[in-house]
Amino acid sequence: MSRSLKFALTGLALAALAGAGATIVGAPDVAPAQERAAAPVKKLGIGREATTQEIAGWDIDIRPDGHGLPPGKGTVKQGEDIYMTQCAACHGEFGESAGRWPIVSGGSGSLATHDPVKSVGSYWPYASTLMDYIRRSMPFGNAQSLSNDELYAVTAYVLYLNDIIRDESFELSAQTFKSVRLPNEPNFYDDDRETAEKAFWRKEPCMSNCLPGRAAVTGRARVLDVTPEPGKGPKVE
Amino acid sequence: MTQHDDGPRPLPSRRALLRAGLAGGAVALGGPALAQLGKTNPANLPPNVADWSKMLGDGVAVRTYGKPAKFESHIGRRDVSWLTASPQSSVSFTPLHEIDGPITPNGLCFERHHAGIAELNPTDYRLMLHGLVDKPLMFTLDDIKRMPRVNRAYFCECAANSGMEWRGAQLNGCQYTHGMVHCVMYTGVPLKVLLQEAGVKPNARWLLLEGGDASAMTRSLPLQKALDDALVAYRMNGEMLYPENGYPVRMVIPGWEANMWVKWLRRIEVGDQPWHTREETSKYTDLLENGRARRFTYVMDAKSVITSPSPQAPVNHKSGFTVLSGVAWSGRGKIARVDVSLDGGRNWRTARLDGPVWDKAIARFYYEFDWNGGELLLQSRAVDETGYVQPTKDELRKVRGVNSIYHNNGIQTWLLHRNGEVENVEVS
Ligand code: HEC
Repeated sequence: MSRSLKFALTGLALAALAGAGATIVGAPDVAPAQERAAAPVKKLGIGREATTQEIAGWDIDIRPDGHGLPPGKGTVKQGEDIYMTQCAACHGEFGESAGRWPIVSGGSGSLATHDPVKSVGSYWPYASTLMDYIRRSMPFGNAQSLSNDELYAVTAYVLYLNDIIRDESFELSAQTFKSVRLPNEPNFYDDDRETAEKAFWRKEPCMSNCLPGRAAVTGRARVLDVTPEPGKGPKVE
Repeated sequence: MTQHDDGPRPLPSRRALLRAGLAGGAVALGGPALAQLGKTNPANLPPNVADWSKMLGDGVAVRTYGKPAKFESHIGRRDVSWLTASPQSSVSFTPLHEIDGPITPNGLCFERHHAGIAELNPTDYRLMLHGLVDKPLMFTLDDIKRMPRVNRAYFCECAANSGMEWRGAQLNGCQYTHGMVHCVMYTGVPLKVLLQEAGVKPNARWLLLEGGDASAMTRSLPLQKALDDALVAYRMNGEMLYPENGYPVRMVIPGWEANMWVKWLRRIEVGDQPWHTREETSKYTDLLENGRARRFTYVMDAKSVITSPSPQAPVNHKSGFTVLSGVAWSGRGKIARVDVSLDGGRNWRTARLDGPVWDKAIARFYYEFDWNGGELLLQSRAVDETGYVQPTKDELRKVRGVNSIYHNNGIQTWLLHRNGEVENVEVS
């Protein structure tokens, strides 16, 4: 990201847009033709205004601060019915997964072990993510079919399966949403590879006798042979 | 993405050791047309004159849309069926060992879908741009095609590429270990052109990109990247995008993990903070040894792999002149150089980059040498223009542990056997 950081974030309106690569009026045009960005300084006048109704139909995202929460409400109890009929076949009655589908519960305390289980309760930082994701993607194969009330209810139920909500009569709504916090939120931090892994930037990569002795084979894919057979997979005409 | 972390999953029964026939290179062929491949027919060889030298072939326009020779029909994307529960939420891999040069043919670009391939009618395509803008806008495909456009080749790599190899060598073939990458020449509109049309409010910091498929894939994109080099693309290698690559419009986020390159793009919302969607919390965060996790790890670190020789591309001669070939790429810029080791990382020589070396694109490298017919431990090491040197797998494990699934760019080792077979191994 370091390179793009050079584009200052201040004054992001048109001036900056034009500055971030477009021809600057008055400046000598020295950039090679290929490098010149295609961004014009003037508006093109292409596209029409989107209506409020159109936006309302597609704008389904929900943020941790509650931005985007729809009107509606639902209790854990109501969510149980929805979950059992529309989710449990894949995700299991308790969120433990039926077969090879993703789990949606469990794994608490496992993240620092060699068998980490990442679920809503053990790993996810925000409850808004759960509601946003169910709203856009679930049930798998019948996406965007839940009503707002069903969405609140089934979200509450998945949170209940994760011991985040403990009271069956809890009613999730835009008002009560902010009281729900997930325990793993503090354990996420922004990408720091460029400092934490600074050692990977090396002036002179070693070219000879870089490691002691002769290389010995310490592991082989053949031992656990999970490579697909040739010819398997989608047929290509 | 192709997480192997979502629940218990039976491993397939152990397959017999690599078949001897694989060394012949002709095992995977199917169909009667190919029965003769690998066997020479003396009737076609001099002094005889082959049929094709005497008879007329198909005329023009019989093949209105060309495809590879029938003798190449074994080449294709492959999946690893035990990886995921459903083929609609799964991945297929680019056959890196079957292609050369820097560009991936459109039909061979790896696929990753979360709800299958959306089949959009281009006349019903709409792109909505709203949020912290002066004027929310709606674009048709024709609108987008009317805008000023650019042509740029970029690699696109899934953050989970090589994700199955964190704990050790698992899969025999660069298609499976490294095949979640492709590199094509995109034609598209810089995202900043669209943003300029709508007018971005001063407090804008982030964008939400949303797909129109049944997963409605969403990722938050920092505005500064949007203003830098992100493209709203509709062509790949000159052709309209293929359905599996997001037809008719997808995002191109150069150098950053492929999950952000939202396909079937339907909506861009401008906001002042990230959304923390499922794909940037539950997935695409890198769990470290201590149980904490890095988020927003967008950039793909420099990486390389030898595509030939490799397990699916064994050596068919006993010794002598040999061309080693591979690919390298970096999310931070251009590939500066690639080094090759034949002895498991003790000694290195610099390979030859050949063909264009573009910013954030695949670069092709070759190393020509005289093979003495003995066992070799082949490795390649990419260095990019920022001075980043591709680390060994052990160096990477030391700082990241083995739980992170994503961003495994460690140096790959292939063991070349005396009989020409090649095996995925790890070395001390
Ligand atoms: C037909 C099987 C199926 C059904 C039914 C189904 N899901 Fe899913 N679910 C999936 C699959 C597959 C994924 C992963 C999709 C992907 O990532 O591509 C998933 C992912 C999820 C996730 C995210 C898991 C994670 O760790 O990231 C949640 C939460 C979820 N489903 C909730 C629900 C709820 C709630 C319902 C019922 C309203 C439901 N699902 C119904 C198959 C199903």
